[in-house]
Amino acid sequence: MASRAQRMPRSLRIASSAFVLFWFVLAAFPFIWTVWGSFKVELDFFSIADWTNAITGERTKAAHGSPFTGAGYYGAWVQEEFWRNVINTGIVCVFVVCTSLTIGTLGGYALSRSSYNYTFWLLITALIFRAMPPITLVAGYLLPFFQWNLWGILPTTIIVLVAINQPFTLWMLHSFFKNIPKELDESAKVDGCNQFQAFRRVIIPVMWPGVITTGLFSFLLAYNDFAVTSMLLSESNRTMVPEIAAFLGTTYTEGNVMFAVSAVVSATVPLFILVMFFQRQIVSGLTAGAVKG
Amino acid sequence: MRHKTFLWFFLPTGLAMLLFIALPIVSVLVQSVFAPHEAVLKEVENCTPLVGCVTETTIDQEATRELRENQPLGRFVGLDIYLDRGHLAVAEVGQAWVDAATWDEFWHRLFNLPLYRALSFTLTFTFLVTPLLILLGLMIALAVNSLHRHLKGLMIFFSLLPMIVTPLIGSLILFWMIDSRGIIGSALVSIAGDPNFSLKASTGLMWVSLIVYGVWHSAPFAFVVFYAGLQTLPKDQLESAQIDGATRWQQVRYVVIPHLMPLVTFVALIQLMDNFRIFEPIVGFNASAHATSLSWIIFNDLGGETRQLSAASATSVLTIFGVAILLSPVLVRTWRDFRGKT
Repeated sequence: MASRAQRMPRSLRIASSAFVLFWFVLAAFPFIWTVWGSFKVELDFFSIADWTNAITGERTKAAHGSPFTGAGYYGAWVQEEFWRNVINTGIVCVFVVCTSLTIGTLGGYALSRSSYNYTFWLLITALIFRAMPPITLVAGYLLPFFQWNLWGILPTTIIVLVAINQPFTLWMLHSFFKNIPKELDESAKVDGCNQFQAFRRVIIPVMWPGVITTGLFSFLLAYNDFAVTSMLLSESNRTMVPEIAAFLGTTYTEGNVMFAVSAVVSATVPLFILVMFFQRQIVSGLTAGAVKG
Repeated sequence: MRHKTFLWFFLPTGLAMLLFIALPIVSVLVQSVFAPHEAVLKEVENCTPLVGCVTETTIDQEATRELRENQPLGRFVGLDIYLDRGHLAVAEVGQAWVDAATWDEFWHRLFNLPLYRALSFTLTFTFLVTPLLILLGLMIALAVNSLHRHLKGLMIFFSLLPMIVTPLIGSLILFWMIDSRGIIGSALVSIAGDPNFSLKASTGLMWVSLIVYGVWHSAPFAFVVFYAGLQTLPKDQLESAQIDGATRWQQVRYVVIPHLMPLVTFVALIQLMDNFRIFEPIVGFNASAHATSLSWIIFNDLGGETRQLSAASATSVLTIFGVAILLSPVLVRTWRDFRGKT
């Protein structure tokens, strides 16, 4: 944008800035509004009388003596024991990311280094699997899981999520390993390493940027999943997202919507932090597939 | 790499996909042609003195349980489940075709059948949201690209949020705002001038809300991809267009958009597949009375006390068919690339 000829005329610059501002409000305002509102009582956040109550917190002041209250958070975390679901989500995410990356790295590396035709067919199969909505598979899981008493526990869900994750992980790591020059591990093999040693001593030290990017997306898949976790976990083992869905069923009747609002805000915080620290990796991951065509 | 080494490297991931993706597909296919056992009936003769004997038909609980335990899959029914009222509803559609005097009446009756109702929303959603999000993403990318360097990072950060956030949570956040007591909802009430105005009450408005959510959720993806594409835009092409006297709009139309075209195809293909599986917003918006989707039908059949595995399996198979149709252009492209390389 340095050249004078490229500079925008003023009217266009104003229009463009206005549009950016419009999108900024569209993207950020719902989150800011909900975070702000989660510290109010329900009659303020869902105000019939006057919408400005949600900002000033009239009713909250009347009920709790200050315009902010942590009652919603107390209700969700302590009364409804949301922390259990947070811990479950933590366990599921950690194990899914670790397992998925371990086996995905091996598979992706093999796919990138083999020159036979079957690698293409394996990748195509993975692409088809990636396109299928996970919920279509759930009907196939339930019967065997009930029969073998595997339903409802965390390990089963973790393995299922790892498997659902694999197609994407393989594609991503495959294209990433393709960019690491073959000569690197070939020279290690000339020096007397076998394939696995070459992978361990030469490839592992340089693969971390790609692995971290892929891991972020694995994490997001495990964290955001609703269809699989809500169908495969028993009530006591629920992760955050199905628990929030369950809140909705009960809270609308009991007038505890603020519990759900606080739980939603609590579940958004980790994602917020994630974007803050890994923005560059997420962007590069999103564009990796696109740039290759 | 030798076959044997490849096998060992690929085995864990291959096994995971085989056991938990390929086998479930087979299992879904099999279940969709089996229906649950009907209860075993037995005839019992009840004799009471003075009244006489009455033959009653009752359910033989023990035999039923035994049968269900021995053959958990149920009884083979062929394609019956696919053709029943809950799925393709061949008989009902045929009847409607014969009875209906006008097209309107035919469509009306068709969309009262659950699968066609879901299909109509799923397809409307998919084919409206995808072009809209591409358009919005492109506009954001162009606008953000002309910003100052420091503002760009901030904009990308906030733009990523709607996409990164869990779909169910994102839809809830919007849903609470459009609630008639929420901020957008009450603003709409005052604009409409009708205190009973509610987005939740009308099918059309609910569809619009879901589509707005869909665009809001997916536009950041298009934006990020197009923005990355803009960074590789060749400067000299733009300059020569300028020297030739192209206006700003013509530069965008004839230089920028052709440059981004492969990315537009990429985003469109990915988003068609992803929008086709729309499900969480319907739960979050509590919209199932107005809009259902194929995924939602599966979820609904599987949930609750009565897990209707056969019905869900049949819908799953139909959904997989739909995805396969949307996926075919991607597969053809990949195949062409592959042939081109070797």
